Amino acid sequence: MKVYISQLKPYLGNIEKNLLKHEEEIRKALSKKADLIIFPELSLTGYYLRDLVPDMALRLNSPMIKIFENYSEDINIIIGFVYEDEEHNFYNAAAYFENGSLKHIHKKVFLPNYTMFEEARYFGAGDDFLAFDMMGEKTGLLICEDALHLSSLYIYSLQKVKNIIIISNSPARGIKPDRFYSQQLWYDTIRFISRNMTVYTIFVNRVGVEDGITFWGGSMVVDPFGDVKYQAELLKEMGDIVNIDDSSVRRSRITSPFYRDEDVTVVKRYISNMGSL
Amino acid sequence: MQLDYKFVSEILVNFIKEETEKIGLKNVVIGLSGGIDSALSAVLAVKSLGSDRVFSYALPYKSSSKESVEDAQLVANEFGINLNIIDITPYTEPFFNSLNVDTKLRMGNVMARMRMVTLFDLSSKHGGIVLGTSNKTELLLGYGTWYGDLASAINPIGDLYKTQVWELAKYLGIPKKLIEKKPTADLWEGQTDEDELGFSYKEVDRLLYHMVDERRSFDELIAIGFKETFIRTVSERIRRNQFKRQLPIIAKISHRTIDRDFRYSRDWGY
Repeated sequence: MKVYISQLKPYLGNIEKNLLKHEEEIRKALSKKADLIIFPELSLTGYYLRDLVPDMALRLNSPMIKIFENYSEDINIIIGFVYEDEEHNFYNAAAYFENGSLKHIHKKVFLPNYTMFEEARYFGAGDDFLAFDMMGEKTGLLICEDALHLSSLYIYSLQKVKNIIIISNSPARGIKPDRFYSQQLWYDTIRFISRNMTVYTIFVNRVGVEDGITFWGGSMVVDPFGDVKYQAELLKEMGDIVNIDDSSVRRSRITSPFYRDEDVTVVKRYISNMGSL
Repeated sequence: MQLDYKFVSEILVNFIKEETEKIGLKNVVIGLSGGIDSALSAVLAVKSLGSDRVFSYALPYKSSSKESVEDAQLVANEFGINLNIIDITPYTEPFFNSLNVDTKLRMGNVMARMRMVTLFDLSSKHGGIVLGTSNKTELLLGYGTWYGDLASAINPIGDLYKTQVWELAKYLGIPKKLIEKKPTADLWEGQTDEDELGFSYKEVDRLLYHMVDERRSFDELIAIGFKETFIRTVSERIRRNQFKRQLPIIAKISHRTIDRDFRYSRDWGY
């Protein structure tokens, strides 16, 4: 499967201009014969939306959804956007389009609401992690903070995923002489996910600056052995093709059959005892 | 759009007293332009602190209209506000000459900033804080000079639209002449806000109220009867002037960036 990683720099609060960017990236991905293009978290809107959230929201019947459905006749697409449900709740969401239709929406479950983050003030929280079929492979979609929780990873693992896709808006912070906090946090996390779940992990992070916050890019793909298959440059708007294949998942599970040996009944017993083991 | 002006007045009078005194200061300093906004702020301050704790200044430049100073005097007399007149020309003109300031816009901004420098200096002399005089309409439209008239320590009227300023002024008995005259920044001869903005305060306040306070969508605003170009012009002005309504943005490096994840209230510890 050929995946195009779009390390995009969206405009803040301008869907029309962002659509043009997405279209340009889709054309590049098509010219490189990609099967799938992945955009970062909130790629259609930008991150620090604050009171713009309702103005940026798309509903299932929004023309913008139709536009991406049409593009997905030629290439499968994952975008980040603000989703408005029937009850007018607003979510930080990701949509997967395949073969001309919207196949899956994931609503961010864990909304960071501490230090520099204020997502729970503006967004409702999703309440599930449902794996979906992506070109025949079970895949789990996570939005940024979602991937930093063990529950999301475990629930996807129980659903037999072979790929974890993380779309992100990670800001550069905690800068030290030789590294910075957010990069280290993410790269450690991605390697852990890949190696211990024996899956491909695709991390697509944005670049650009919003009100003094720099998003660092450095998108990464790690194979099921924990080896880095691709690493995008820091801070640079760019796109690239990466190949992922089921045979690596197979070989990793022969070497490290953690997945086979996982025992959900241990968890089930713990939860049904309300933790009083 | 209608308010209980008795209650609003109580809130603002108490606001000025609390936010001045809690930081250990007694006095306020305010520029009186002869317009309704500064007159209202000054009257609220006198009601809050008493006239001996309010130091107001008319700060005319040589091109300012005589009427402006007279109107400042009128409201000062009416409410017993201590008013001094300082001509800013002797120190503003050399600035214009030294830097070849030759456009109306630059001159207007420099005058506003000279007044700011003057008021902040006087606030230090009086052990007071500078009281703001920008209303909600101006703040939203960005119709003011950044670090000029927009600069202050506390602003009692920043959440009142211009039409609400007029209503509150009426309620407080501020002389009709100031309420009824055409609003002007008085930066040059014959300037009026409404000519410069291209619409009246009454019209734009009605739009702003529906747009900002009621959060009506574009389609709803059209249905209410606003013209498309008017809505677009005003929303665009609000958007473009966001920078004037916030602190300078700081490039994030650490875990705790001032105003981003180093967040405290101004009244921290008081």
